[in-house]
This record gives sequence, structure tokens and C-alpha cells, in this order.
Amino acid sequence: MTHEQLTYLLLGAVGTLELSVLTFIAGGLAGLGMALARISPVRGVRVAAAAWIQVVQGTPLLVLMGLCFYGPNIIGIGSVPALVAAALAMTIYSSAFLGEIWRGCIQSVHKSQWEAAECIGLTRWQRMAKVVLPQALRIATPPTVGFMVQIIKNTSIASLVIGFAELSYNAKVLNNSTFQPFIYFGCAALLYFAMCYPLSRWSRTLERKLNATRG
Amino acid sequence: MKYQFDFSSVLAQWPLLLEGAWVTIQLSFLATVAGFVLGALCALGRGSRHGWLRRLVGVYVEGIRNTPLLIQAYFLIFGLSSVGVTMPILAGAVLALVINIGAYTCEIIRAGIESIHKGQLEAADCLGMSKLQVFWHVILRPAVERVYPSLTSQFVLLMLASSIMSSIGAEELFGIANRIQSDTFRNFEIFLVLWAIYLALSYMMRLGFWLLGQIVFTRRRKLGTPL
Repeated sequence: MTHEQLTYLLLGAVGTLELSVLTFIAGGLAGLGMALARISPVRGVRVAAAAWIQVVQGTPLLVLMGLCFYGPNIIGIGSVPALVAAALAMTIYSSAFLGEIWRGCIQSVHKSQWEAAECIGLTRWQRMAKVVLPQALRIATPPTVGFMVQIIKNTSIASLVIGFAELSYNAKVLNNSTFQPFIYFGCAALLYFAMCYPLSRWSRTLERKLNATRG
Repeated sequence: MKYQFDFSSVLAQWPLLLEGAWVTIQLSFLATVAGFVLGALCALGRGSRHGWLRRLVGVYVEGIRNTPLLIQAYFLIFGLSSVGVTMPILAGAVLALVINIGAYTCEIIRAGIESIHKGQLEAADCLGMSKLQVFWHVILRPAVERVYPSLTSQFVLLMLASSIMSSIGAEELFGIANRIQSDTFRNFEIFLVLWAIYLALSYMMRLGFWLLGQIVFTRRRKLGTPL
């Protein structure tokens, strides 16, 4: 593998990281909204959020990518940059999964904490922001870090429909011109592994640490 | 600009779409069954007395779980064909899916096995059950029963992920849709139709797993009670 080829592969890895970070920020916000909507006091909001999660979780990411890539044209926005379309699809995808993970975490905060917060006369938002969410954050950290691995891995299919140049796309381009699949896909796999494995380990360490100290 | 939806040219291809959905079902079924067997064996291997076997399974599980399915499929299929091993595309797709899902199934079943109380094993020993009987009745079945919901979700995700196999040329639902796309150019409509079909497939699959659960796990007990 020449120097240029390695650079090209690393450039792809940068694309992967870009899309991952963007997804994590936007998907995180959407996921938080979804989690709060799932436990909303308004029944309509709860049902709508549950339906959204059900539908997104039953859809392949590739189909979401297609809808987000061709959709903007339909509603008259015109074509959007590949990165935006890919990030939008990944955000929708993450909103459903993170929303469900975080709802579980919020609801696993002990009921007496909710009641105590109510007793000292906090409003619903104060209760959430000052009592429940800080505790839920502890519980939510390990699975959230674990989900970051899913995000990084899932960016690999952004090139299939949308044509966003990330790691797997660049590896395929290199393979198409040289036909040395073991080298290029092997290197790509190693780069993905280098991004994902530390997160996986971290998630597991957090799980042990936070579990041990949880009252 | 007002977009004119036109589903007629897409829906005219319904026999093709049906065929694609059938291939997706077959792919998912084979990968689910074989992946479950592989995962159960690996879960057993991870608890083995032999250190080398534990490490080998560990490398497999971590390697697969920390790399994307797409790269695994490329590596496997294009790699094998570069050294002269060719196989039918669908066989390659099933192989890639099985190797992928095996690692996830292994971790899920292992979590189930770890939740089994040691006293159960001692009791089985006292009853004089054979090793195979212990594994089947005391370890595997209760473990799978406990993690059944997670397994179901993972297998539904597998079915959805089988769409990625279109990138190695498999003519499953997504692959067929690609073909229709290049014939009709009704991109958005095709993705809407695909969306509906995949949703229907995932609900059918959940229903199937629920029914299977009703048949296999006949003991009536509340979830979360000790086994």
C-alpha cells in the first residue's frame, strides 16, 4: 500500500468521524426530546413518541438514508449536501434508539426520588432538571457510550445510498482499482476497530464502576 | 415546485418486490437459525475451562462487534473471491450475516447464562443429570428464556441489516429496489414502498417470535422472577 493510498483511507476515517460526531450531537438532542416525550404527562405526546420509535426501529437505516436523500427534493428544498442527508438519516435513527435507552434510564431512577421532589414543591421541570436527570445521567452513561459504537459502525452504509465518502467507501474505491480486498478492507476494519473498541471497553468499565457505587 | 407522486410504475413491479421480500425472509430465517446455533456454541466456549478457547471466542466476538457488517461482508466475499473461492451470492450473504449475528447472540446468551444461579447447577448435579442434560435443561433453556426479548430485537435488527447485502450483489428486497430504481427513476416512491414492506416484515417477525415464545416457553411465570 502506497503513501497516497493510506492517506486516502485515513481521509475516509475523518469522514466517518465527522458524520459520527454530527450524528451524536443531533441524535443526542433528538433522543433526549424523544425520551422526555415518552414520559410526558400529555397522552397524545406519549403515544406519538411511542409510534415514532416503533416505526423507526422497524425501518432499515438504508431506507431512512434513501428517504432523507431524495426527500428534500420532493418538498422543494432542492438537493442537500451528502453529509447533511446522511446526518439527518442517522439522527432520525439515533433518536429512536437513544430515546428508548434514555427513557429506561429516567424511569429507573427510584420512585421515592420523584415523590420526594414533589413533596418539597418543585415544579415538573425543576424535578426533572435538578433531581431525576442528574441521577439518570449516571445510569445512562454506559449504554450511551455503547451506542456511540453503533453510530460509528452505522456510518459505514452512508455511502451506499447517499454517496458520502467515508471509510468503507474509500476502502471500496481503493479495492476497485487494485483488487487487494484483504489489505484494504482489513485496514478499514482495523481503523473501525481502533475507533470502536476503546468505546466498548470504556462502556464496560463505566458499567462496573457506576453499578458498584449505585445505592 | 410541486412534486407529482407516481406510485404506479413502482407498484407495477409488485411481483419483483414480492420476490425480493421472499429472498429477504429466507436470508433472515437461515441467518437467524444458524446464528443462534453459532451464538449458543460461542457462549458455551466463553465459559469453557480451556483458556485458548475462551480467548479465541473473545477475539471473534470483540472483532465482529467493533467493526461494521458492511466491511465484514466486503472482506469476506471480495477477499474469498480474490483467492479463488467463489460461492453463490446468496450463500455468501448468509455466511456474512451468520458470522455477524453469531457474535451478538453469543453475548446475549452469555448474559443469560451468567444470570443463572449457581445453586441450580449444584441441584442438577445432585439429581445426577448428565452434562448434556444439564447444559440443555438447566443452562441453555432458562438462559434463552430470560434473554428472549433481547434476542428477538437482535434478530429483527438482523433482518433489517440484511438490506446491506445488496451491496455485495444480493437480490434481496433492497437489491431488487435498486434495480427498479434504475428502471423507473421514481426514487422517493420506491423508498416509501420499501419502508412499508420492511415495516410489515418486522412486525410479522415480531409476531412470529412472540408465537414461538408462547410455544417453546410453556412455563407460566412473571418476567423478572428468579428461575
